[in-house]
Amino acid sequence: MAVASRLAPSIATDLAFEIEGLVRRYGYRRALDGLDLVVPWNQRVAILGPNGAGKTTLLRILATLVRPTRGQVRVGGLELPSQASAVRRYVGFLAHQTFLYDELTARENLIFYGHLYGLPDPSGRADALLAQVGLADRAGHRVRTLSRGLQQRLALARAVVHDPPLLLLDEPETGLDLAGIALLGSLFYDATGHLRTVLFTTHDPELALALADRVIVLARGRKVFDRPASELTPAVLAAVLRGEGEIR
Amino acid sequence: MSSFARQVRALLWKDLLTEARTRELLGGMVVFALLVLVIFNFAFDLRVDTIEAVAPGVLWVAISFAGIIGLGRSFILEKDRGALDGLLSAPVDRGAIYLAKLLGNLFFMLVVEAIALPVFVTFFNIGIALPELALIILLGTVGLASVGTLFAAMAASTRAREVMLPLMIFPIAVPVVIAAVEATALLLTRGSSSSRAGWIELLVAFDLIFGILSFVAFDYVVEE
Repeated sequence: MAVASRLAPSIATDLAFEIEGLVRRYGYRRALDGLDLVVPWNQRVAILGPNGAGKTTLLRILATLVRPTRGQVRVGGLELPSQASAVRRYVGFLAHQTFLYDELTARENLIFYGHLYGLPDPSGRADALLAQVGLADRAGHRVRTLSRGLQQRLALARAVVHDPPLLLLDEPETGLDLAGIALLGSLFYDATGHLRTVLFTTHDPELALALADRVIVLARGRKVFDRPASELTPAVLAAVLRGEGEIR
Repeated sequence: MSSFARQVRALLWKDLLTEARTRELLGGMVVFALLVLVIFNFAFDLRVDTIEAVAPGVLWVAISFAGIIGLGRSFILEKDRGALDGLLSAPVDRGAIYLAKLLGNLFFMLVVEAIALPVFVTFFNIGIALPELALIILLGTVGLASVGTLFAAMAASTRAREVMLPLMIFPIAVPVVIAAVEATALLLTRGSSSSRAGWIELLVAFDLIFGILSFVAFDYVVEE
């Protein structure tokens, strides 16, 4: 088990994460309403669903930024939120916002995050990632001078700066051109060439089927559809999203 | 170097580099402090017999209000592109974030004070014992910055953050301002050294107690 062997012995487990009866309330509204989900290591999972279905909340809980109201969440066998600080080392998170600093250059942003994750050679890692996301020639440019698409590429590089085995991406295609979207797939592999576990949200059925092994549809905080991507076509998935297809 | 120290260094480097490139924070703080000194200089009837009673208050009004401007901006930087979530989703000790922000705020406030103090001395034409005044200013600034950094993190999540921050800081920081003004006044009037020592001890006690409390409480403030 390649991924588990890279993790601390205490969290070596076959499952990337497991979620049981997860509820998250914002006031009276339930963003997640009794969600159950188990994802093994090295699986690429696309999460689709209408706005307000709970996709972002799910990712933010796994990224340790939001606490569950009820239910159990284990990442690599570690309980959230009680073992959140240990989980953070193994999770990379790309949100709607880029988490970048406007006045730092692309390279400085990656080096900064590299230091936070305690990398032995943040500069070397920054240079390698900038080359991987096609920003080597923009390394010295401040973030505020980059276009939205280039900022998104840099944000993707930031999310994998510590080479995490579990990658959470919230609508990663935002702002990316075709070359940028093609790049996404390469970030699903870690520095040693092993496939990461990836959970990503999207509104694009074609992208979901192109990048994922498994497709899940959420609606009103619940899982309403869960199938291997190989069994689906974009048309079938689009029909499911319109509420016309077979559910579950 | 420990991982905690490396994180503090990286966070502090990021804030100082950003400020070196924008000069938004220091510029605003310095201009504000100087404006306060100028306005008070013209607003009060500063005769020789009243100047030493008024001057300490003027100095600390300039320091504390200019400080509020800097403190208020310190977490805005983290909110701009959701960068605070980037820090919180990383395995960063929350104490390291607090300490780096505190050191940054302290540095900016001390720079402003280093610029404003000669202007203050010139405007009010007073002789000072610089080492002791520097100690009082340092202790007062540490007190303001330690509670201010904590409340700036809290205020950054509110909509009316510019209004909320002074409303939260000043009730807590009243002992610091009073002790600093009294110690400065006793220094300028060459009052009893034992009374002066008492106010300085109060400043030290406040810095220690609220510094530690703020450090511990920061985790609860930034976590959801």
